[in-house]
Amino acid sequence: MHQLARRVQESFSPGVVSVTEWRGDVVVTVRREKLREVAQVLRDEPGMDFDYIVHVSSVDWPDDEERFEVVWEFYSIRKRHRIRLKTRAPESDCMVDSLSDLWRGADFMEREVYDMMGIRFRNHPDLRRILMPDDYTEGYPLRKDFPLRGKGWRDTFDFLDETPQ
Amino acid sequence: MGLIQLGRHDKDGAPDVITGSLEKAVNWARKGSLWPMTFGLACCAIEMMAAVSSRYDLDRFGAGVFRGSPRQSDLMIVAGTVCRRMAPVIRKIYDQMPEPKYVIAMGSCATSGNIYDSYSVVQGVDRFIPVDIYVPGCPPTPEALFDGILKLQERIMQKRVFVTQPQEVKTSLKV
Repeated sequence: MHQLARRVQESFSPGVVSVTEWRGDVVVTVRREKLREVAQVLRDEPGMDFDYIVHVSSVDWPDDEERFEVVWEFYSIRKRHRIRLKTRAPESDCMVDSLSDLWRGADFMEREVYDMMGIRFRNHPDLRRILMPDDYTEGYPLRKDFPLRGKGWRDTFDFLDETPQ
Repeated sequence: MGLIQLGRHDKDGAPDVITGSLEKAVNWARKGSLWPMTFGLACCAIEMMAAVSSRYDLDRFGAGVFRGSPRQSDLMIVAGTVCRRMAPVIRKIYDQMPEPKYVIAMGSCATSGNIYDSYSVVQGVDRFIPVDIYVPGCPPTPEALFDGILKLQERIMQKRVFVTQPQEVKTSLKV
């Protein structure tokens, strides 16, 4: 097992995190109640020292009970190792804690996740859409149940007086 | 335009009188100094830049003076994928260009949306601005863009200048 994976496993009491490893990537899966606690340790523990947030992304698993998964990727510039942090949220309560106060760089990337997947982040400083316009009403385009061609927005030009034929 | 030889120039013997319609003279002047607008949206813009630079030299056709402002241009080359969120901007820039103005849809994306049949990509820029010339390709080579510009110049030569023309597309920006 990866040295980092073992260290993460030992830092928490049993059952809090599950650490897996695939082709050298260390993945930490955590229940969302413990997300902030784990993230804090990853950032502040001297052995871990993850000072750089690489990316925030999300996955839609339409058949699962906890449908949405948020993924944070961290890197330590000093220690030169990286880790992936995952958590799940159900569709009925689609909310996870924001990590943008721990890593400032998470701000825009969490906004993108909110914009595309509709997952809200608790205590995010400015949770607005970032890619789509603020008045976009069709929903969240990267969800699996969103139609590929959208719901008509791309063909409506409300700035024109009349629609060309 | 025709040449009528009334006399010869003293030095080189060239004819000194030219006759023709004023319309043709105006069209000739217009086609010979197209001022395109710098408007690259995606990868087609790279080919457009190559067309302007020294190897291909768009200036040979009088269309090499790319402007940064729509107020100074009369040709808009829409080079790249048009996202729906960009559409009102393109329309506004088009409305800011002084008459007479022309539009070239460069590449498959600006023509039809190409493979991007998605929620955010407009399926052709002609859905909200009138297009004169469509240049196919993904991306079109500089030669293909030249072909489009030469075709546009042929079209400009056929325009009527001093008579009212029927408006092709009546759409305009809401006030």
